[in-house]
Amino acid sequence: MKTSQLCVLPVPKHKKLIRDLSKNYQLYLLLAPALIYLAIFKYGPLYGLQIAFKKYALSLGIGGSPWVGLQHFRTFFSSPQFSRVLVNTLALSFYELVVSFPLPIVLALMLNQLRSVRYKNYLENVFYIPHFISVVVLVGMLNTFTSVQGGLINNIVALFGGDRINFMGESSMFRNLYVFSGVWKNTGWNAIIFTAALSGIDPTLHEAAKVDGAGKLAQIWHIDIPGIMPTIMIMFVSAVGNVMSIGFEKAFLMQNYMNIGTSEIIATYVYKVGLQRAQYDYATAIGLFNNVVNLILLVTANTFSKKMTKTGLW
Amino acid sequence: MGNRKIRMSRQDQIFHIVNNSILFLLMLVILYPLYFIVIASFSDPYAVGQGKVWLFPVGITFEGYEKVFSNSSIWSGYINSFIYMGLGTFINVCITVPAGYALSRKDMRGRKFVTLMMIFTMFFSGGVIPTFLLVQNLGIYDTIWAMVLPNAMNVMNVIICRTFFETTLPDNLLEAAFMDGCSDLRFFFRIALPLCKSVVMIMVLFYAVTHWNSYFDALIYLRDSSKYPLQIILRDILTSNEASALSGLNDDSQAKLQRVTELIKYSTIIFSNLPLLVLYPFIKKYFKKGVMIGAIKG
Repeated sequence: MKTSQLCVLPVPKHKKLIRDLSKNYQLYLLLAPALIYLAIFKYGPLYGLQIAFKKYALSLGIGGSPWVGLQHFRTFFSSPQFSRVLVNTLALSFYELVVSFPLPIVLALMLNQLRSVRYKNYLENVFYIPHFISVVVLVGMLNTFTSVQGGLINNIVALFGGDRINFMGESSMFRNLYVFSGVWKNTGWNAIIFTAALSGIDPTLHEAAKVDGAGKLAQIWHIDIPGIMPTIMIMFVSAVGNVMSIGFEKAFLMQNYMNIGTSEIIATYVYKVGLQRAQYDYATAIGLFNNVVNLILLVTANTFSKKMTKTGLW
Repeated sequence: MGNRKIRMSRQDQIFHIVNNSILFLLMLVILYPLYFIVIASFSDPYAVGQGKVWLFPVGITFEGYEKVFSNSSIWSGYINSFIYMGLGTFINVCITVPAGYALSRKDMRGRKFVTLMMIFTMFFSGGVIPTFLLVQNLGIYDTIWAMVLPNAMNVMNVIICRTFFETTLPDNLLEAAFMDGCSDLRFFFRIALPLCKSVVMIMVLFYAVTHWNSYFDALIYLRDSSKYPLQIILRDILTSNEASALSGLNDDSQAKLQRVTELIKYSTIIFSNLPLLVLYPFIKKYFKKGVMIGAIKG
């Protein structure tokens, strides 16, 4: 596109297109597998989204099934499940956002203050380890650690004279366990981006601040945090953009009949309705509702971020 | 740096002490649960159950590992996971790296449009059910292809590759190669790839870990239990509270059964993470590098 400015003779638009395409046809060959993948597995399902507005019959296929308009959405909004799964989803995701978004920033700021580079690297490597543990194993660890008989956490509770609690069976504990096991797993890993941003701050700013008599806390507040603000905002917008796509896997694995009151979120509900009860059309409608709410949140967060700090995802 | 010798103010001294102490405590919070699993997997389950195991294994036993090693479904899960990881990662890299390179070329028409199309899919997708129906319609349900094709490419990884190529390959290298009559494909395979080996390595590791830990695809796309990857087998062992998670325990008493099941859980966790634990010290720097490249352009 930029090279076209170098052309001396004006070329008709369609000829220019053909020339550009043929000049770099080998690049399109390299890109082709990715485009085919996108078309089939990312844009293909968008075609299937229409069954959210249809009465899906296997024999008629996606295209041939009759339209029913907004019927599935009406059914969902008026069902007793609606408010429960929506509240659970929003409560869980905003709780997670509020707790687990700032912590990696704090950790990165703290690591940045360490004077021994070797110690800093060592600590970072330790903090990354849990990131590589699978969700299945993480939930397995939660189960064993919170086990009433001999679980590590209950042993600690008992050591201080408390009563053993069946954490996984308490509805009220589900969100705490969900969020804080996530904090344990991901904080170190998520701090990498902020560590990278901090290393890009001009060291002369700190020198100057020192001369002016600023203490460590003042330096963090007036130099480090403003310095990584663009990164913080971008990460914040993508975090908000993923609020509704909160992990199906973990909630599903942690779920049992005792904590279902708080652990049933939209994603797990879609799985049950769609794949266990095979109500494909209804489940697709619920999933679409989820996606649209997500998109609205993302756009709102991005607009907000652009107004406040002039940085955004687009 | 001479300024380290400069005397710190009292406030800053306190700051450093507090900062170091908190970080040290956090390190323990991260490491202790992992360490506890290791020692618990070797300890007498009664001692673990009574809270006697804190720093060292008590009443060393290998019973947990014996049960794990003699369990055929764990082995078949292990083998399946290796196959899915190998084939899946190969396909991932073959799609992602060339695409990342093509998108890094500023002279390619349609580059912005394709990038936008990709990023859009990160925030809006058809959802679980339409994708599931697609997999069924393609006839790959309950086959190995359902494990590797639906996630054959990750957009974030394409962007990491693109950024890496953009920042590593100088423009005049390409110009010089073209002067000598080098084609795009030849440039990619003979010049770009050898110069950017580390991004290939980063991609291999990112994708391999994702495949090894993935659980959701197997849950919805596989029905035949002989095809189950390790994570599905692990779920059955780790999150089941019924005592007979593994066969061959039925004749024992209920209480003992419960204890041994706990022991097996600890051993299984260690066993399933073994490949990663062994490789971690060698590969950790690549992961960090990958994330940092991704951060350059959100």
